[in-house]
Amino acid sequence: MSGFDWQFFLEVLIGGLLSGVMYSLVAIGFVLIYKTSGVLNFAQGAMLLFAALTFVSLVERGVPFALALIITFAVMVAIGIAIERVVLRPLTNRPPMTLFMATLGLSYVLEGAAQLLWGTQVHGLNLGIDDVPFEVGGIFISQFDFFAAAVAAALVLSLSIFFRYARVGLAFRAVADDQFAALAVGLRLPRIWATVWAVAGLVALVAGLLWGARLGVQFSLSLVVLKALPVLVLGGFDSVPGAIVGGLIIGASEKLAEVYIGEYFGGGIESWFAYVVALAFLLIRPSGIFGQKLVERV
Amino acid sequence: MPVATLEVSAPLRMLHWLYPVLLLGCAYLIIPIIGTNYLFEAILLPFLALSLAGVGLNILTGYAGQVSLGSAAFLAVGAFAAYNFNLRVEGLPLIGCIVLAGFAAAAIGIVFGLPSLRLKGFYLAVSTLAAQFFVQWALTKFNWFSDNSASGVIDAPLLSVAGVAFNGAVRRYLFSLTVVTLLTLFAYRLVSSQTGRNFIAVRDNEAAARIIGVPVLKTKLVAFAISSFIIGVAGVLWAFTYLRTVEPAGFNLDRSFQILFIIIIGGLASIRGAFFGAALLVVSPLILSRLGSFLLGDLFNSGVLEMSQRIVLGVLIILFLILEPDGLVSLWDRIRKRTIARLKKR
Amino acid sequence: MNSMNRVLGGPATAYFPADVAAERWELDGPGEEAYAAADIALGLEGVSLSFGGVVALENIDLAVRRGEIKAIIGPNGAGKSSLINIISGVYRPDHGRVRMAANRFTSVPTQKLAHLGIARTFQNLALFKGLSVVDNVISGRAYKVRSTFLGQVLGVGRSRSEEADVHGRATKVLNFLNLTHVSHRLAGSLPYGLQKRVELARALVAEPAILLLDEPMAGMTEPEKAEMTEFVRAANREHGTTIVLIEHDIGVVMELSDNIAVLDYGRKIADGTPEEIGSDQRVIDAYLGIAAENIGGEGI
Ligand SMILES: Nc1ncnc2c1ncn2[C@@H]1O[C@H](COP(=O)(O)OP(=O)(O)OP(=O)(O)O)[C@@H](O)[C@H]1O
Ligand SMILES: [Mg+2]
Repeated sequence: MSGFDWQFFLEVLIGGLLSGVMYSLVAIGFVLIYKTSGVLNFAQGAMLLFAALTFVSLVERGVPFALALIITFAVMVAIGIAIERVVLRPLTNRPPMTLFMATLGLSYVLEGAAQLLWGTQVHGLNLGIDDVPFEVGGIFISQFDFFAAAVAAALVLSLSIFFRYARVGLAFRAVADDQFAALAVGLRLPRIWATVWAVAGLVALVAGLLWGARLGVQFSLSLVVLKALPVLVLGGFDSVPGAIVGGLIIGASEKLAEVYIGEYFGGGIESWFAYVVALAFLLIRPSGIFGQKLVERV
Repeated sequence: MPVATLEVSAPLRMLHWLYPVLLLGCAYLIIPIIGTNYLFEAILLPFLALSLAGVGLNILTGYAGQVSLGSAAFLAVGAFAAYNFNLRVEGLPLIGCIVLAGFAAAAIGIVFGLPSLRLKGFYLAVSTLAAQFFVQWALTKFNWFSDNSASGVIDAPLLSVAGVAFNGAVRRYLFSLTVVTLLTLFAYRLVSSQTGRNFIAVRDNEAAARIIGVPVLKTKLVAFAISSFIIGVAGVLWAFTYLRTVEPAGFNLDRSFQILFIIIIGGLASIRGAFFGAALLVVSPLILSRLGSFLLGDLFNSGVLEMSQRIVLGVLIILFLILEPDGLVSLWDRIRKRTIARLKKR
Repeated sequence: MNSMNRVLGGPATAYFPADVAAERWELDGPGEEAYAAADIALGLEGVSLSFGGVVALENIDLAVRRGEIKAIIGPNGAGKSSLINIISGVYRPDHGRVRMAANRFTSVPTQKLAHLGIARTFQNLALFKGLSVVDNVISGRAYKVRSTFLGQVLGVGRSRSEEADVHGRATKVLNFLNLTHVSHRLAGSLPYGLQKRVELARALVAEPAILLLDEPMAGMTEPEKAEMTEFVRAANREHGTTIVLIEHDIGVVMELSDNIAVLDYGRKIADGTPEEIGSDQRVIDAYLGIAAENIGGEGI
């Protein structure tokens, strides 16, 4: 083992953890919706694409950065609320799988609409952060990755605080714990759901900008969901800490695998590796990282 | 949900068989004569292959309740397996290749069905994506599957059974029709057998099923195996009779969703539903493209067409889930009943 | 809901471990011969179960004699369903054993339950909604099926005789329970009372030695209850089926059962004949007192 390059290993590991934060960011959008309305929102990726594409297109048409941000945010909130109204409300009390399929349909609509509106070409997105590495103790870290991770962390933190302290946040948690009880004490569920979807729109915007800056704004951006799904399987669909830790695990193991064992597979394993990690983990611990073992009720 | 089997008297039961027989008669005798090349190549051949895939997925998802997002992987396994059996096993007749391809898909299906023994619902649905990505990756990565061709796109072999070649569009259609008919009959018998009842029991209440002694784990694996077998054969039809090329790119996630959409729109847990859904999904893009270029002219280029197809498909799914959750089948049955009632009144 | 039951259920920590210990069933000691002599079909030995902090069952001993109807009563949340769930392997006890004829289990293998001769119904309906009534009943015999799916599809070999046999049995049971007129309806489309009866049919068709019934009459009208009572009695008398019955309607319980065990807060506070139970002061305090004001069974 003398030849093992620890410094390189650390560099890969840190790079992996940072990109893991990006996965967590998308995963948190899922968790938010899942916790409060029991929907696994497959359209999260399409929302992310829609946000990024709208923002870039506005900027390219000369709208100032800040204004474009505000407009896009408004659009995303409107879309979130519209989704809740038009698609999910008529499906209240239907099986969760039906809701999931509806969001699958929704993702088709949003992807189609985004590209019909703004075109299908690839847009570069520059957030003003160069992707140059900086050095800490002999280890090089991408400046952009670091920035993205910081933004994601800030978002996660503020969402947690929001959940914990704000009135709406408290209501969220009540809804997440028990919808019927929440109804019984007079919380207005539709309003809460609308708020949740609006927040999901915000998360989609942030994630869309960060991922867009990384990959370019194009159709494949909506495939970012496919990166978030194994994270969710690992961390549990309803756990914010699970989404964070799951993202870190997936990010790190994916990068390490790519570098250390990828060559034996001829490369390109990142399309499925995360799923295998998540599945292997679940076979050992079926309730996920943080999920407690639920006893089936009959 | 399945329609209640009503107590039917003998003449009515004959009627039960009358429609499929008439339909088959029409499909075998009339359509080959009046059909145009376009009808076969652009509509009927993809329709048959997709219907069969829908039948396969419906067994797993509609009847046994295990949602799969990786159907295209099994289409691909079927297509590539048949290609390779045909290429590498000297003297193996085409039918043998197809059956073996089905078994290959079933074997892979069992492997990727193993998580279903411990996972449920969304967790399982997501884990089926592993099949999708792994299979697509393996087929792209290892050129051996494509006989080391440079482009990765290979021509399907000519179809021939017992010395009879099935090379024109009409003949390929008849070949496909026969395979689809046989497997549909199989599926139809299956879902009304004890195994079919076990599927529904596991879907509707897994805990209760286990307690009363339904072999839940075996039932799930059998569902995965049979479903994958049928989808695998559908993959052969897709590649050999419709596209006539074999390539991994066509078996992507969108294809998996397409098959899922077919059974949602057609009707979950209904064998007929797969055909209804496939018909709508094959025909509606064609109509849309005609309509679009008629209304918008040159503005309606291929990019616009593709995007509006996506939107229309998505809207269809949402509308069906909201308004007609039991799919086109139940809509059809309602209309039929109403028409019969009206005719009787006269 | 449960916290409310707690309030209605009586004083929070009423019972003395000494009392409960004194009630421990004397067969627990050396066991085997006494067990066989008393002809015990089913027994629990020191079974405890908790969910997180909630103690559902605490050190329960219970013996059910072959051929008897044993009722289990107690206020909501007393642990009655948990008990049946342990017997049927849905829950795994933290401590203790379940005894079935010659077998002793630390956790009952659910998959083998039917082969062990045990069938059950559920407090919350657990029918297969997408199957017709007759198919639901037939599924009660799924544990006997030995034909393969290929045989079934092709209609060859064992599958034919199996199919005929199972239809014959289902028809008989449906007839017995007066369900023939709905046998081809989807189970999910039936009114509640009928669905409960279909569940009984699904359990009976398995011809179990022991039948576990979790509130088979809850939510039924009086005539429906009377009818159901007769069915349960007939199953017991005509087929010699041992029955464990959970029921809130104290009238039905007193009428039907040979023996009654009373649970409260996860402990067994009494066990005896209906007469003994009816005059047991602790039982009256803990349960019958309120139950009497609540004849009809619901809403306790
Ligand atoms: N799967 C479970 N998870 C968590 N707690 C449970 C579970 N099952 C039962 N409990 C708890 O165990 C206690 C006993 O419940 P159980 O269902 O056995 O009561 P019961 O006597 O059947 O009541 P009821 O008359 O309302 O049916 C209750 O406090 C209940 O909340
Ligand atoms: Mg109970």
